[in-house]
Amino acid sequence: MKDDIILLGHGGGGLLSHELVTKKFLPLFKNIYLERLEDGAVFDIEGKKLCFSTDSYVVKPIFFPGGDIGSLAIHGTVNDLAMCGGVPLFLSAGFILEEGFPMEHLEKIIESMAQAAVKANVKIVTGDTKVVARGAMDGLYINTTGIGVIRYEGIISVSSVAPGDAIILNGAIGDHGAAILSKREELGLDTEILSDSAPLNGLVENILKASVNVHCMRDATRGGLGAILAEIADQSKCQIVLEEKNIPVKEAVKGVCEILGFDPMFLANEGKMVVFCSPADAQKVLQTMKVHPYGKDASIIGQVGKKDAGRLILNTIIGGSREIDLPAGELAPRIC
Amino acid sequence: MKFIDEYRDPSLAKGLLDRIVKLSKQINETVTIMEVCGSHTYAIGRFGVRKMMPENIRLVSGPGCPVCVTSIHDVDVALHLAAQKNVIFATFGDMLRVPGTHGNSLQKIRAAGADIRVVASAADCITLAEANKNREVIFMGIGFETTTPTIAATIMACCKKGIPNFSVFSAPKLIPPAVKALIEDPSLNIDGFLCPGHVSTIIGANAYEIIVQAGRAAVITGFEPVDILEGIFMILTQIVEDKKTVAIQYSRGVKPEGNPRAREVMMSVFYPGPSEWRGLGIIPESGLAIKETYQAFDALKKFTVPETHSVEIKGCCCGNILRGVITPNECPLFRRTCTPLNPVGPCMVSSEGTCAAYYKYH
Repeated sequence: MKDDIILLGHGGGGLLSHELVTKKFLPLFKNIYLERLEDGAVFDIEGKKLCFSTDSYVVKPIFFPGGDIGSLAIHGTVNDLAMCGGVPLFLSAGFILEEGFPMEHLEKIIESMAQAAVKANVKIVTGDTKVVARGAMDGLYINTTGIGVIRYEGIISVSSVAPGDAIILNGAIGDHGAAILSKREELGLDTEILSDSAPLNGLVENILKASVNVHCMRDATRGGLGAILAEIADQSKCQIVLEEKNIPVKEAVKGVCEILGFDPMFLANEGKMVVFCSPADAQKVLQTMKVHPYGKDASIIGQVGKKDAGRLILNTIIGGSREIDLPAGELAPRIC
Repeated sequence: MKFIDEYRDPSLAKGLLDRIVKLSKQINETVTIMEVCGSHTYAIGRFGVRKMMPENIRLVSGPGCPVCVTSIHDVDVALHLAAQKNVIFATFGDMLRVPGTHGNSLQKIRAAGADIRVVASAADCITLAEANKNREVIFMGIGFETTTPTIAATIMACCKKGIPNFSVFSAPKLIPPAVKALIEDPSLNIDGFLCPGHVSTIIGANAYEIIVQAGRAAVITGFEPVDILEGIFMILTQIVEDKKTVAIQYSRGVKPEGNPRAREVMMSVFYPGPSEWRGLGIIPESGLAIKETYQAFDALKKFTVPETHSVEIKGCCCGNILRGVITPNECPLFRRTCTPLNPVGPCMVSSEGTCAAYYKYH
């Protein structure tokens, strides 16, 4: 449509984002790697299996409880590579800065990036800086792109998801979204919820060592657990059944959700992931996750059901059930 | 979480459901229960309550979503005001995607350059107006008796502080006249009402006497799943025992007399007048306009609004859905041309909207 314009919801990770990718980008960029629509691309180069992923960070505020845009930019891309089953190795960092941005803030952010890179065992090996005139943007945006090597034998992909698979979540959901929202000045909430922003590659390495039957992994970032599972159900054409009572949510996050009318299922996370594995290996994977600091509250939250239209069903805490769809528009913009 | 988990307790829910099933067997006909409030619709969907009901208990949704009942004319007026130069238009988030006559929405005109801010409360506009002294802040005043006292208090505060650049586009609505219209509608046959908990904290229980006078059951109900199940159980009890009263299930929030102070604040700024409800048409004394004393804060007095020829969207059944005449599944547009991404009518937009709740939580 000629008068169509970009709306904030196009960046929300829900239906609008999905439409933008599948209807605008995919038809023109079409190739076998992109059309898998996973967290990163996986390909062979001269016998080596590699993964490659990119992400841009526009979070507001740039400093938030439990992290900042710098560490987030490292964790986000490291996690995308890890979700492909890869060991993240090298990252690029692109900065777009607004004229007038305080040098002190930039120093703090790149220091935080450097520390996060050391912790995640990756190297920032190339980069770029651009400055635009005051008012042309809002402070600072960062893009990171990463490359990693895949040593795992099995195929980690949404196409490997199979009926009967157990679905394991590594901890409480909604922390990042709630932390950001509670710091938005217009909401004036006084809570001390910390973002869960964290590198998950160490945890993933242990999971992949523990089981050769891991089928799919996804980090529950934008759009939250609800959006990524609805997407996996849709892409795998398998029914997914979740037990609400097994999905951990912290008290303070529940509180923010009650006040603002959000559903924790759709709040962003930056250190939460789901693992799909064969039911026989579920306990082994769960126990492995539980001994890792980023998986200590892990639990089995559901199971993959029969092949169907790809519905995501939640058995509610009071014994009812409902279906979950991709959220439609903007839940809250600039969350990552 | 304290005060929440107790009302989501699976064993309490199971016990209530068993009692509902038992009572439903003592009633031969189908019982139609309307939840008037959008927050009830949302909770019923979110916790899967509808699917738990026995076959002869039918839950229908009423006109309790403030965004949904806002007439298309008011949406068009809002779009006009928001597009004015030098205006910051403040609104509750749910209003953003509601389409007007020509398919425009606040979201779309914001993307095209209008300065539209989402606020959580009318009171946020005080800070907004003080921080933007050379611009006009207009607040879209929609809502029911729960919200309107806060709008009134904001107008009073701005008057006291002498804030000249704030005004309200007044479009709030009152619940009892709408309930009366629903009872009098011959095409509806509602046996009992789950009355809105939060509206009732302000208006109290007496406001619903019209329901029992018409021989229907009325229970003021809270918003957690156990509340709702208990509310349904209490309605069925009134029907089985044939004793209709205005009962309060939500006793932790509602006093029989309501909140007279909040009503006083509300009525010192507003006065009742006719109001157009989407689906229900013009209902006398069901809206609130700003009194002359406060007309400096009335956006309709401050700005010129040209006559708009508002036309309901073709094929949209929001009107019948808001009256509980049909469920979203019976609307030919539902899920086909009308989706949360491309909402044809407001019931698909707001999180409290019946169609959105059905779409999301079917």
